[in-house]
Amino acid sequence: MKISKTNAIEVQNVTKIYGSGESSVKALDNANLIIYDNEFFTLLGPSGCGKTTLLRLIAGFEDITNGRINLFNEELISLPPNKRPVNTVFQQYALFPHLNVFENVAFGLRRLDKNNDFVIKRSNEVLELVQMQDYALRRPNQLSGGQQQRIALARALAPEPKVLLLDEPLSALDLKLRQAMRVELKTLQKETGITFVFVTHDQEEALTMSDRIAVINQGSIQQIGNPEEIYEKPSNQFVANFIGEANLILGKCEKTGINGICKLQTGHKISINIPDKFNKDDNLTIFIRPERIKINKSKGSSLSQIQEFTYLGNAAHIELLSNGVSVNATLPIDKVKNFKKGDKIEIEFPKSFAQIINT
Amino acid sequence: MLNLMFKRKKFSKVWDFPGFLTWTFFFFGFLYIPIVILVIYSFNSSKFAMIWTGFSFRWYEKLLTNDDMQQAALNSLYVAFVAAPCATAIATLTALVVVRGGSFKSKEFSNGLVTLPLMVPEIVTAVATLIFFAFIGINLGLINVMIAHTVFCIPFAYMPIKASLEAMDPTLEVAARDLYSDRNSTFRYITLPLLMPGILSGFMLAFVISIDDFIITLMVAGGGSTTLPVYIYSMIKMGVTPEVNAISTLMLAFSIILVTGYWVFSKKS
Repeated sequence: MKISKTNAIEVQNVTKIYGSGESSVKALDNANLIIYDNEFFTLLGPSGCGKTTLLRLIAGFEDITNGRINLFNEELISLPPNKRPVNTVFQQYALFPHLNVFENVAFGLRRLDKNNDFVIKRSNEVLELVQMQDYALRRPNQLSGGQQQRIALARALAPEPKVLLLDEPLSALDLKLRQAMRVELKTLQKETGITFVFVTHDQEEALTMSDRIAVINQGSIQQIGNPEEIYEKPSNQFVANFIGEANLILGKCEKTGINGICKLQTGHKISINIPDKFNKDDNLTIFIRPERIKINKSKGSSLSQIQEFTYLGNAAHIELLSNGVSVNATLPIDKVKNFKKGDKIEIEFPKSFAQIINT
Repeated sequence: MLNLMFKRKKFSKVWDFPGFLTWTFFFFGFLYIPIVILVIYSFNSSKFAMIWTGFSFRWYEKLLTNDDMQQAALNSLYVAFVAAPCATAIATLTALVVVRGGSFKSKEFSNGLVTLPLMVPEIVTAVATLIFFAFIGINLGLINVMIAHTVFCIPFAYMPIKASLEAMDPTLEVAARDLYSDRNSTFRYITLPLLMPGILSGFMLAFVISIDDFIITLMVAGGGSTTLPVYIYSMIKMGVTPEVNAISTLMLAFSIILVTGYWVFSKKS
């Protein structure tokens, strides 16, 4: 992965409060993040978490309550949206219904007073980039959802923005199209070299497309990292649960250190790295992904029993009850084809994948 | 469920309801038969409006030589062509403030105040306007009529404009701002073109209402500034001749042409 470390966007102590007095809502609470140039950056979180608010603040559609946003080291907040060299792809596309596809794409260039030859050349170039050059004379309402999506992209890319903002642009498409557009968007970002800031609530979308992800919940940034970091080393329980499936198992510290020992409520005693800030007998929460759990046939006195066995085709999802605590495991189908509901089995928490997680 | 399906099936066509067709014929009959009769009798050669003696353009020819009538018709057009655009412009600005002006305290109140004249009995407005003009001492003949018409046409122009502004997706304006449009060019290139059908129907409505108005005009118009409806009324007082039918038919034709023109235009765009 090649990321030049120029800062494209710096979000500094940004707070946004809607309304005033008792009815006020804090949409963003002291958010800080840096988005690098050339990066595919995703703002991920459940609906109402403040991710779209942050995007609208960058675009200039909302007034900031507190804080600062820089674009390539230049203060952005005092500029109206039309003076900001960023463009937005809207969730419902917001194509201008009274203009044809070409004029939609050319709109930004015309407002920038580019000469007509350039407008025509550039618009055709962008239409070609999204493979819509044959549709230039159609009206937006004569296009399918996916085609409208491409025009919205072309329109936002035409003025060569320094940063492209995308507000859940794939959410209105059906699954097949969405998956195809993911690849296309990613390719487009690489080809154009423009920094993309992508807002989504879909964790799969975020993991497959992004260079880096910021997970947001209730107006606060929970974690910033690349997809692997976010998935493998979630900084807290919210991130662990929101990105994929997670087992969060309570336990008691028996020994701290690199080869620490933790006694889980499932009855298992596992070896795990426990930092020295913890003390013996402290309560811990252990996080492990379902696909990291290992299963063996029981050799006798097993603690765990299969409660539910769900066939997923290439894998199987197993719900276990171990000492009264529920544990989920997802395993390749050939490893579990001999198991069935009610079987007693041994489970193992590999040291390299189990970790202590903050609440 | 089965019962519901059965019922649906039974009344799948609205004219399957007992009495529906009869009532519909009565309804449209009462609405349009008098007008049809009026048009037919305008081609009556008889001097009396209600006795048919033969087909003729006699009354239309007579209208062509009637200078008073022509002056009244011109007055009506002058008034409508001044009042309707003025009312439409004011109504457009009002709608923009009410719908796009964010939330301000007196928003609902303003909206109510603008549309209230639709509910006030016209005779009250007419008398009030008359007294008001007398009170402030404006006596400019036809201009008085124009001012009065502009004012009472505003709510008529306002309703369709407000409706189409409310139906317009505000994200489009945000998108234009995002694409380097300042406030003025956003209005010029996005809001105004998208609002045009609404503005046109507002204008049409105001124009027709102005041409059509009788009560207020009767009060406000002095000598020499008679409009067509007032003139027709004065003709009737001297007995209904087919000339009245002829002039009414012409007005009707004018309205139909106007509405058809608008309809064709709005279908095209």
